[in-house]
Amino acid sequence: MTEPEAKTGEIRAAAAPPVTAPPEPVSAEQVKSVLEAGVPGCQVELVVNGNPSAQHSLRIDPAHARASAEFLRSHSELKLDYCSNVTGVDWPVAGSPATPGNPGYLEAVYHLYSMEKKLGPVIVRMRTGNRTDDVQLPSLTPVWRSAEFQEREIFDLYGIVFVGHPDLRRLLMWEGFVDHPMRKDYVPPPEDDPMPQFHGKPPAAPAQSANPGTGEKG
Amino acid sequence: MGDEMDEELQGLKAELSKHGIFTTTFEEMYNWGRKNSVWPLTFGLACCAIEMIATTMARYDLARFGAEVFRASPRQADLIIVSGTVTKKMAPQVVRLYNQMPEPKYVIAMGACAISGGPFRDGYNVLRGIDRYIPVDVHIPGCPPRPEALIDAFMMLQKKIAAQSLTGEDRPRHLREDAPSEFVVPKEGEHGLEPPQNAEVWNPLRVIQE
Repeated sequence: MTEPEAKTGEIRAAAAPPVTAPPEPVSAEQVKSVLEAGVPGCQVELVVNGNPSAQHSLRIDPAHARASAEFLRSHSELKLDYCSNVTGVDWPVAGSPATPGNPGYLEAVYHLYSMEKKLGPVIVRMRTGNRTDDVQLPSLTPVWRSAEFQEREIFDLYGIVFVGHPDLRRLLMWEGFVDHPMRKDYVPPPEDDPMPQFHGKPPAAPAQSANPGTGEKG
Repeated sequence: MGDEMDEELQGLKAELSKHGIFTTTFEEMYNWGRKNSVWPLTFGLACCAIEMIATTMARYDLARFGAEVFRASPRQADLIIVSGTVTKKMAPQVVRLYNQMPEPKYVIAMGACAISGGPFRDGYNVLRGIDRYIPVDVHIPGCPPRPEALIDAFMMLQKKIAAQSLTGEDRPRHLREDAPSEFVVPKEGEHGLEPPQNAEVWNPLRVIQE
């Protein structure tokens, strides 16, 4: 009786699904030194995340971003072959406390993983010169194809222009829309709103001359 | 005078039906036919559409009310159920679909988003209620409304159709030559939709603060 029991036990152990481990975190400092050694002239700044997650990121200068991205993708030990997420950040005034005369900047943040080496995330960010006329950043879509729509979304909502993007159009808003709604200083157009607002704000005034027939009948 | 006559007629009708004779009026027949064959448009916008689909399936069975054939073309539809968040990018298309439907046509605004923008009201791309552009017959609150609520709204629409008189000042829109059947399709402007609402259609109750 003991023998067959042991056998079934063996079979069950063999049939159990393999445990999938989460990707191994990579030290941002290590990636920084690897990058600086591998891409000559690349300026990399370690952006420390003080939160318990301690997901530090690397800020790369835009001039060397494309070369750095290709390097990270093809590096034999990192093989960062998967870009899971791209997002934008708006910094209306850079740094804290606010410094007068500083125009602020926009950032694009890339989260990179390696499928092959099960590594990640490596967080890479780029910064524009300001928020108005110097908003170009190199597109990393030629390196990671998954960045295409997300760079379009950032272009749409934050106004970063990705140079080298294969199809840079607005993604969510329509063509002809001029604002960038996710910027901190975006003000939506006034709407005729008969409902009381949250947080004790008075209801918005009815639309002005555009629609005189709306009427105050309530 | 008219009421007395009506009462007399109703009494006569009841008396005749006791003897197996069915009488009706042209108006009742017309409305009875209309209210029991309202064909909705196959059109869903968000999660409310899932509830709308559930309503048409066997468990809730909207077919019991004569609305089983969801038409894939606005030319064959009588009812548009605006089920979900209307983004400003989508609003022109919703109005255009409504305009392409033949009269008589009806609108049910289903769910918090369709009636007011709902939880996304303050979003930069969210229309604060489809009643800004097209005339809504029944509003259903809920997020999303249950199938029972949609059926209730549908029955409310049927009652509304059955109560319409075909002549006189308050006759329905499709029998009035002066009443519009198409409404302004908003344009995608530089900052938002233009116009932001159609004043001919949208006439909300106002909260007056003193």
